[in-house]
Amino acid sequence: MNISTRRNDKTTIFDLSGDIDLANSPKVRDSILREIRECHTPLVVVNLSQVRYMDSSGVASLVEGLKASRDLGSRFILVGLSTSTRDVLQLSRLIKVFEVYDNEEQAMAS
Amino acid sequence: MLALYSNPKWLSVARAAVERLTETLGFPIAQCRSITRAVDEALTNIVRHSYRNRPDQPIAMYFRRAHRRHGGQVQQGLEILLCDRGPAVDPCKLQGRPLDEIRPGGLGLHFIQQAMDTVEYTRKGLTNRLRLIKYLAQANSALREKTQ
Repeated sequence: MNISTRRNDKTTIFDLSGDIDLANSPKVRDSILREIRECHTPLVVVNLSQVRYMDSSGVASLVEGLKASRDLGSRFILVGLSTSTRDVLQLSRLIKVFEVYDNEEQAMAS
Repeated sequence: MLALYSNPKWLSVARAAVERLTETLGFPIAQCRSITRAVDEALTNIVRHSYRNRPDQPIAMYFRRAHRRHGGQVQQGLEILLCDRGPAVDPCKLQGRPLDEIRPGGLGLHFIQQAMDTVEYTRKGLTNRLRLIKYLAQANSALREKTQ
């Protein structure tokens, strides 16, 4: 699993790739929470288009990011859900609580 | 049989094995994904809760064909048995949490129960045994053909 980050003054985009499971979800969680809590970025976008698999610990990391962003009044957006990641968010009934867009362009235009 | 240690780095290997096995047995793609996810979540629970994240503890996975009489016909399936040597599990803790709560954690059991037809925990001696079974829908006879 790889995490890369793109930043401008108001937005940070996390590009995640590979599988998110117990082996690496703590790293995802820490990266996202640091960005929200320490950098106070107004808009955090998580690009999941290259994520092949995400388990419940990955979902939990995203939920923590969402909660932290709500607490601080920032936006937290998911883009590029694969069938597998969409499945897991639908099964957990959490897809409705996230702001989800097909791609980065749509998220930026929102 | 697949033997592995409780290091999370082996989860991807276990997932790959289960996904290939379910594909080979003829499960529909969506069920291959959900069975793989169920096994991954069960292994994750063993690592986190049974072994408290110690990475060097043994886990054994056994795979075999299952069958049952259903609607007057024999239904074929896959049985997966996961064994670990951690402390006994309190059956009360094997309930998934309500899904109307927006909070992290507690989703793994829900995914397991949603994917599998049978989820059965037993303690035998010093071993925790989680038995998972998924049956193939009657319309899909691939498993029957492949396993005969």
